[in-house]
Amino acid sequence: MDSSKAVFQGLKKAGINFVVSLPCINLGKIIEMVDCDPDIIHVPVTREEEGFGICAGAYLGGKKTAILMQNSGLGNSVNVLASLFKLYQIPIIMILSHRGTEGEFMSAQIPMGEATPGVLDALEIAYFLPETPDDACKVLSGAWLLSEMGGSPVAMLLEIGFW
Amino acid sequence: MKRIDAIKRIAEQLKDELAICNIGFPSRELYAVKDSPTHFYMLGSMGMSSSIGLGLALAQERKVVALDGDGSLLMNLGSLVTIYSQDPKNFILILLDNECYGSTGSQCTYASTVNLSLIAEAVGFKNTFQFKENLDLTHVLKAEGPVFVHVKVEQGNADVPVIDMEPEEIKERFMENINK
Repeated sequence: MDSSKAVFQGLKKAGINFVVSLPCINLGKIIEMVDCDPDIIHVPVTREEEGFGICAGAYLGGKKTAILMQNSGLGNSVNVLASLFKLYQIPIIMILSHRGTEGEFMSAQIPMGEATPGVLDALEIAYFLPETPDDACKVLSGAWLLSEMGGSPVAMLLEIGFW
Repeated sequence: MKRIDAIKRIAEQLKDELAICNIGFPSRELYAVKDSPTHFYMLGSMGMSSSIGLGLALAQERKVVALDGDGSLLMNLGSLVTIYSQDPKNFILILLDNECYGSTGSQCTYASTVNLSLIAEAVGFKNTFQFKENLDLTHVLKAEGPVFVHVKVEQGNADVPVIDMEPEEIKERFMENINK
């Protein structure tokens, strides 16, 4: 299965109906699919932190939410993840294009790429590292339930080799 | 006008509307003057009031009022652009502007030199309201969203206790009210 399609189908199987996004070259096709789906409200945002705030509000209003973002944006979202999502036990699926991993051509991506798993660990946010598109689809289909039951965001890190 | 008096006037005029209230003293003051299952009190995540309000407004049909501060709005100014572009008809952003970071010792914000209403208007907000006294929300509550309301308030916090509800309790009570 195509990697972008697999992620999108996994989100659909999980029942996701509200998505905020910031672009990454690797997320382009998924963002297009989300935007074209009449059953998903898609909100492009100016900054990842803002996107998390919007998703928290949408969850309070009954939506199942996900964020599509590059791992670089995790840095400016640490406080909202801790003092809103963790504090109030709010679920969300975080799809992170994980730059700075094996195959990265841009050296500027490497420091945040290396820091990303440690930042998630520090926040006690569970994350998945699917190796194949089928893996990603399978894990994502159960990810909302996991997030809701656990009262915590869950993340999926999609390394450069995944695409 | 003291901020707690502005908050009291606002709380008295809200009925079925859902309210998101900013972190720190604003939430404590709202809780002290009037508690309601329609209130979501922020205990953290400074800057996120307008974004939580926007997400809530897009997710369901009831009218949403987000109480924000000048320091908080300046921390998330891009939010005005997203709100305007998403065009939620059921969303009112109320800026309680005391030109300072009131909960941390009243350090000045740039709201003393920049008029935040002009920024909202430049972004494109068509329905904007300004108040210094007589905070009558009759027209505000009837206006088509997104609405931007700029309320100038005095510096200083009321002597009110911390909110004695657990975060999860605040969330669950609020969600039950939405789903009822």
